[in-house]
Amino acid sequence: MDALAPATPVEHGPSLRQRLAARGFDAVTLLVVPAAIFSLLLFVYPFAFGFVLSFEPKAGGDWLANYKRFFSDPFLYDTIGNTLRLAIPVTLINLLLAVPIAFRVRLMRRQRLLTTILVLPITLGTVLVAEGLLNYLGPQGWFNRTLITFGLISQPLKLVHNYWGVFASLVITGFPFTFLLTLSYVTGIDPALEQAAATLGASAWQRFRHVYLPLLMPGFAITFCLSFVQAFSVFPSAVLLGEPAGVTRVISIAAATAAFEEYDYSMASAIAMIMGFVQLAIVVAVLASRGLFYRGPASGAKG
Amino acid sequence: MTIALSQFDEVRLDRVSRDFGALNALRDISLTIRRREFIALLGPSGCGKSTTLNCIAGLLPVTGGAIWLDKSRVDTLRPEERGFGMVFQNYALFPHLNVRQNIGFGLKMRGTPKAEIDRKVDEALNLVRLKGQENKLPGQLSGGQQQRVAIARAIVIEPPLVLMDEPLSNLDAKLRLEMRAEIRRIHNELGATTIYVTHDQDEALSLADRIVVLRDGVVRQVGTPKELYEAPSHLDVADFMGFRNKLKGRVVGAEGGRAVLDVEGARISGVARETLSAGATAFAAIRPDDLMVGEAGPNAIAVTVDTIEYRGREFVGTAHSAGGLDFVFRSHQPVEPGSQVHLRADDGRVLVFAEPIQGRQ
Repeated sequence: MDALAPATPVEHGPSLRQRLAARGFDAVTLLVVPAAIFSLLLFVYPFAFGFVLSFEPKAGGDWLANYKRFFSDPFLYDTIGNTLRLAIPVTLINLLLAVPIAFRVRLMRRQRLLTTILVLPITLGTVLVAEGLLNYLGPQGWFNRTLITFGLISQPLKLVHNYWGVFASLVITGFPFTFLLTLSYVTGIDPALEQAAATLGASAWQRFRHVYLPLLMPGFAITFCLSFVQAFSVFPSAVLLGEPAGVTRVISIAAATAAFEEYDYSMASAIAMIMGFVQLAIVVAVLASRGLFYRGPASGAKG
Repeated sequence: MTIALSQFDEVRLDRVSRDFGALNALRDISLTIRRREFIALLGPSGCGKSTTLNCIAGLLPVTGGAIWLDKSRVDTLRPEERGFGMVFQNYALFPHLNVRQNIGFGLKMRGTPKAEIDRKVDEALNLVRLKGQENKLPGQLSGGQQQRVAIARAIVIEPPLVLMDEPLSNLDAKLRLEMRAEIRRIHNELGATTIYVTHDQDEALSLADRIVVLRDGVVRQVGTPKELYEAPSHLDVADFMGFRNKLKGRVVGAEGGRAVLDVEGARISGVARETLSAGATAFAAIRPDDLMVGEAGPNAIAVTVDTIEYRGREFVGTAHSAGGLDFVFRSHQPVEPGSQVHLRADDGRVLVFAEPIQGRQ
């Protein structure tokens, strides 16, 4: 009977709430409001403020004066190269170390313990690591003393207060982060794919080269970007373990000098903008190259 | 036909065992598979059927025994050196490679010349009827098509043995029937030797030349579908072969291959499948198909009907006895739930089994 009753004529369409929900705006959307306000106050506003400030040179004159000064003074523009010379090799080394270790760890049962040990350096903080390295790698440190004791060297090697000191510290503090990201990408790949490749006759190297690597490339690109950005903003270890007036005069040191030694906030802002731009350029280039790789799901399609 | 599977006489599993720590997943599995046979490994989940398959494929090392391909021992080889084709439950297609590259993967790894890869892949595409789909990625295919790619990929390397791990379990019912027929057709056309793992006795009965029933890592029975269907050797095999009524009773007489049980006061006689001694507990196993509503008398037991379902040609009902035994039966007429009826079975259709020994045997 009910089934045969004439349908109630539709008098009005869906309500405003339904129409908004259909476009993805509902009460859940409100959950992002705190984060949006936070980001507006602590990121967007300071960024915009700094951006504008960088075009208002302290000494007056041309609105581009700060940028012109940066790119005409080698003591300033060399910092870009100095930073890149640290950040890129460090990121690559971390990634190259993380991949084989992640491949081994994914098979282990006691992953938690190992992961905890590997993550420890993150919790130590860069300053503690720097101190430790100063003691360990310094001219009177264990490392040099051991080598001298065994007669391998006669003079202590200079391992701190130069490029290598900063390099070592960045590898130590950056590795756990790179490793954890890499591990999550590696374990995200369906192990049946490797088994399938094995039954099809692929050797271990072929399985890595033809199955894992293509599926992992996009993940590696993201890992590279995130690790690179961390390494690029190096500051404490460049000061403590490096040669802050020479090879490890990184771009953040230049910005800090401008701000806190010359009290030229406008110049400091300009340097920060340049720093941001260089990072952005590298990240965009790496992410764009992801387009060359497969980017779908990394399991055997739908189960 | 240029896909010519490598030929051999037999694959022999010689007391193969596999332990996971203290757990024996497989215990002394011995089995000989002859050329061109279609063998189904059948059993409930956790019985060791997939473990057996993985041991044969080389994905799991055996912890005891040996596997022989004619005169050469293969259990010591790595999976890539065995060259057995395998079809995985979730297909395990390479998501970044298209259909053609997926199928050609094994040949490419072997360094086969490109022209030959193309020719063989084309032929495999024809065999699994996927012509025209070769440039799609696995994610763009339906479940049945992915299945076909997985089969083509496994057979194109011309393996002596094709291993299939529950390949139909992810498909819907209609497609499952269709692919079941396809798998048998491909097996016949290629003259392949196939080991097929399943927990579905229908699949095993319709596909296999011989069925191996496993339980708790032990082979319970090996036989043709007809042998297993008509003469299961143990109660658990019977249970798996569709004997859903298991009437617990006491042996009152056993001789000449026949046995009579006392089940809640009723006399049930049937074919003795195991040695039975008078007074011992035993089970009468009856298929729902053979248990009909009928008159009181020999081989009949009084029950109360619980539910009745219409199944087109007939009705299928459930019932319980005064002593708490559950029954599944069939009937030509609808029976009112709650009514008292007698269920009876022909004594030729009743199998009597000894009580299974508790725990693993």
